[in-house]
Amino acid sequence: MKIVTAIIKPFKLDEVRDALTAIGVHGMTVTEVKGYGRQKGHTEIYRGAEYAVSFLPKIKIEVAVPSDQLDKTVEVITTAAKTGQIGDGKIFILGLDSAVRIRTGETDAAAL
Amino acid sequence: MKLTTLTRAGLAAAVLIATAFLLSHGVLAEEASPAAPTFNKGDNAWMLTSSVLVLLMTIPGLAFFYGGLARSKNMLSVLAHVFYTVCIVVVIWALYGYSLTFTGGSSIIGGFEKVFLKGVTTDSQAATFSVGVTIHELIYICFQMTFAAITPALIVGAFAERMKFSAVALFIPLWVTLIYFPIAHMVWYWPGPDAIQEAAKALAAATDEAAKKAAQAKLDDVMADAGLVFQWGAIDFAGGTVVHINSGIAGLVGALLVGKRIGYGKELMTPHSLTLTMAGAALLWVGWFGFNAGSNLEANGGAALAMINSFVATAAAALSWMFVEWMVKGKPSLLGLLSGCVAGLVAVTPAAGYSGPMGAIVLGLIVGAVCLFFCSTIKNAFGYDDAFDVFGVHCIGGIVGAIGTGILVNPALGGAGIIDYAVIPPKVADYDLWAQLVSQSKGVLTTLVWSGVGSLILYKVVDVLVGLRVPVEKEREGLDITDHGERAYTM
Repeated sequence: MKIVTAIIKPFKLDEVRDALTAIGVHGMTVTEVKGYGRQKGHTEIYRGAEYAVSFLPKIKIEVAVPSDQLDKTVEVITTAAKTGQIGDGKIFILGLDSAVRIRTGETDAAAL
Repeated sequence: MKLTTLTRAGLAAAVLIATAFLLSHGVLAEEASPAAPTFNKGDNAWMLTSSVLVLLMTIPGLAFFYGGLARSKNMLSVLAHVFYTVCIVVVIWALYGYSLTFTGGSSIIGGFEKVFLKGVTTDSQAATFSVGVTIHELIYICFQMTFAAITPALIVGAFAERMKFSAVALFIPLWVTLIYFPIAHMVWYWPGPDAIQEAAKALAAATDEAAKKAAQAKLDDVMADAGLVFQWGAIDFAGGTVVHINSGIAGLVGALLVGKRIGYGKELMTPHSLTLTMAGAALLWVGWFGFNAGSNLEANGGAALAMINSFVATAAAALSWMFVEWMVKGKPSLLGLLSGCVAGLVAVTPAAGYSGPMGAIVLGLIVGAVCLFFCSTIKNAFGYDDAFDVFGVHCIGGIVGAIGTGILVNPALGGAGIIDYAVIPPKVADYDLWAQLVSQSKGVLTTLVWSGVGSLILYKVVDVLVGLRVPVEKEREGLDITDHGERAYTM
């Protein structure tokens, strides 16, 4: 099993969700985050005072998937979240030792 | 008889309409004995409404406007400063503020004749700007009370986000007592149209030399029963000097003395909710009709003039700020529109009942650009941390308005002119540009010096007694938690 962590543009969230649902991924965790990468930030001006805003708002999604579904999941997220502009985000893949569904006590793949 | 020294505040439009009104009621008939002043329920109703409109400007209007500009960790602190200021000043006003401001005494400050509102009953009358027309004194007390409350509340925006609440709690009652009451007295206290007309009629009726001399002396006495700035002939319809220059310079002195916020110029200090700032600015605009049109004291053409001026000058200033910012900085910001809106309201405050609507538009266009220049270029050049631009908007906008009023009052420019109440019946006096500009400048300088120096002393006193500034770690954590033990937003 793997955890797929994707940092994406906030307005791409619904498209990513729909795309993942379509390939049978049923569940994700979403967090509003801030950060920076190659997209350095932007300038905000308040009454003439300029501020360099270096942390930009992004959405972090976390999806747990069986290993055989990993490639499809990554491909779907990449396609759905892509605009081609700088700042589209990144995907990180981590190993997942085990999983438990609290209600039933099911474990691992059955819990996803 | 020096007519120029006898010219007194008023409105051409107001007088035309008021004269028609009075004639229709037979008040301005030629009888030697003046008719008893009359209450008009319409005037009273308008002034009752205006009084609460000015309260609406302050809470929640000003509180939201400032609060939105603060960082979220200091939101409640800003709201508490404004709300506390209103409450403490309201009580002080009733105890002794009204008496010190609006009774005779000296030309600098009033006396204790009406302390604890002594002698004021539901039958007491207060003068308006028309001969023979009064409103209930209790309403006038409430109306002026709201002015006394909003003025110090404006100051807190300058030293926001680092001033101790205990320092604010002490500073506000001291400031309103020693700075606001004298300035309001100097600018606004006058004998009223009835007293002047009565003395003028007595002079006109005097036949022999001795009687004439006595009557002239009486008239001179009546005219001398007024504030210093008023006697200089400076006009300030709704408080350009009294409210805005007064609070603006006090704010600048406070910002300088308390010092910059930690991280000023380095860390992000962006407004936490421009949504609330917009709601606050809009409430300020709505409430300001009570402030400006209410300052006419009667529901007549003068109030209507003040109202339309408060519409057009404000809109023009908002557009001016926004377009200049768009040209210079590349983007038209909402905060620019809102800041221009407030700058326009400030500038039109002294001019509301004196300027014509076209003059008010010009005034708005000028003040929007001037205040933007002060809030960005000048502020950045000198590096003072006037957190919410109390100086840049209120003091500078007030000065533009005060000087502009002296120009735009000119009937030749569509202004209403200044009424001379010492002629029978009162009429618009001859306009003298330079004399008026000198008077206006003297009013501005008096306010700057009195409030600037006075506030400096008061801040020092407060610093010695309780200290002005919170410790570094408390400022870092935010005043909501450290000063008030509560937070604005819980997630």
